[in-house]
Amino acid sequence: MNNTIFTRDRLINLSIIITTIWFLWFAQHFFDEYTIRIINNVAIFIILAVSYNLINGITGQFSLEPNGFVAIGAYVTAILTVDSEAMLYQYDIEDPYPWVLALQSNFGWALFFSGTISALLAASLAFPVFRVRGDYLAIVTLGFGFIIRILAINSPEITNGSLGINDIPEFSNLYWTGGMALFTVLAILNIIYSKYGRAMKAVRDDEDAATAMGINTFKIKTMAFTTSAFFEGIGGGLLAALLTSISPDLFTFFLTFQLLIIIVLGGLGSTTGAILGTIFVMAGLEWMRFLDEPMNLFGFETEALPGMRMVVFSLILIFVMLFAREGLMGKKELKDLFRRKKANK
Amino acid sequence: MILEVNNITKKFGGVTAIKDTSFSVKSKEIYGLIGPNGAGKTTMFNIITGNYEPTEGNIKFHGQRIDGIKPYKIVHRGIARTFQNIRLFKSMTVMDNVLIGFDYQATYTYLESIFRLPRFFSEEKRVKQRAMEIMEVLGIAQFASEQATSLSYGQQRKVEIARALAANPQLLLLDEPAAGMNPNETHELAELFFKIRDEFDITILLIEHDMKFVNHLCDRVMVLDYGKTIFEGHIEDAIQDEEVIKAYLGDFKHA
Repeated sequence: MNNTIFTRDRLINLSIIITTIWFLWFAQHFFDEYTIRIINNVAIFIILAVSYNLINGITGQFSLEPNGFVAIGAYVTAILTVDSEAMLYQYDIEDPYPWVLALQSNFGWALFFSGTISALLAASLAFPVFRVRGDYLAIVTLGFGFIIRILAINSPEITNGSLGINDIPEFSNLYWTGGMALFTVLAILNIIYSKYGRAMKAVRDDEDAATAMGINTFKIKTMAFTTSAFFEGIGGGLLAALLTSISPDLFTFFLTFQLLIIIVLGGLGSTTGAILGTIFVMAGLEWMRFLDEPMNLFGFETEALPGMRMVVFSLILIFVMLFAREGLMGKKELKDLFRRKKANK
Repeated sequence: MILEVNNITKKFGGVTAIKDTSFSVKSKEIYGLIGPNGAGKTTMFNIITGNYEPTEGNIKFHGQRIDGIKPYKIVHRGIARTFQNIRLFKSMTVMDNVLIGFDYQATYTYLESIFRLPRFFSEEKRVKQRAMEIMEVLGIAQFASEQATSLSYGQQRKVEIARALAANPQLLLLDEPAAGMNPNETHELAELFFKIRDEFDITILLIEHDMKFVNHLCDRVMVLDYGKTIFEGHIEDAIQDEEVIKAYLGDFKHA
């Protein structure tokens, strides 16, 4: 069908990539520190949400594990980038193992190992996990998240226990987080629009029919799970290098829950939706901070009401889910919206 | 003989769904599996496709045993099926549904798709072309980019058959393909099956209730009743066989 190098789809993709890179450069040079901080956060959560959506939305395997993989990624990056002197100074509960002190790398490799270790763990976890389907899968993966957190608390020689690791060099900047977010989105879209993505959707729609068409459903689910874990690990590494200090409390079920809200709000199964959902939730929550402060409503002075923004936010969530059952985007992508318009003409 | 079913028995707990059943299908034949509801026909399909393991007996495809092999591997060996109640992938287009059948035949790797390497493009192009060819034979090519579930019932059937053909089978199992169709559609479907057999050079094994349809289409049939074989042979003889009439219409002598 398309023989030229510059087809319409490719031009759209290219312009999106260039706009994103330009936006990152512009933001880095002209935005204030607070805004940059929010954009960093949004970029990291885009990585997490888009990769979580691959297993939950595209493959339809309702799992609740991302906090576990994010924690692993964060700890790997922290251990690899904090130098041994700082570690000896920080580890109060137990002395760190010699290998924990010895392992050092630059930030790029640290991120790579964060992703790889998460992915390896996911691949081995797939054997017990994908023996069960549906609600049982959710419970098994939920347990995994708890186990990782408890392991982090109870192995102070590696993770410094509940004190966590501090003084992580602040490597994360807009180019790292934005660049990784861009790479993640492109990689996952490329997976979705390939035979692997089709097979994942087939598993979601009808697992038995997928098997009857010659698809090894276990392998496909494992691929989706492992890929998702890889990017969640990288997201965790970036998060550690952005926050500069991590502790097990950061990686509770609340993190998974937040991601779940994002992808359900955006539309389970839509990558565009996951990105929109992230921006909506992360930026929206920041923007609504004024609700927590004392306000002047038509001449009435109200007191500061901490938590007010969460109430308003929950209401907005409820309304969105009432009027858009399938989330903001449903299962559609940006591309499908263009196509729909063309068909209507 | 392309398919040999030897002394298959299948028990679910205390219930014997199929009892000591044997039959064999010749290459390029259209073979019918008929019988009243609950006779064990679909169970037989599930055993051939590897979804159930037989309690006793074995199944040979091209002389090699296939019982106990995982269902998706049996598809790779060359047996594809359709379902009694249409089971298309609801969120996908007709084209994507058919492409699922090509899944194991497109030979690019995961990394090649992530980084969009040349083999991804050439293989995608190849399977899409093949998918279009199959859809053209079945007369559904014009719906390629439509949502699969937006089509009419008869067309959804064809999509399901196209999807099964995409898996490049030598043996096609059709579970009640004419169910819910009017006589015109049924007739058209029968002609389509002859066409499919000749164009794709395949053997067809089908379950059906519509005797006119079976009579028109099948070379040989086997009649099952409560898991037992009550007839095997040519269709003309089957409709005159006393046992078969008894199973379908009831026993008049003792009524």
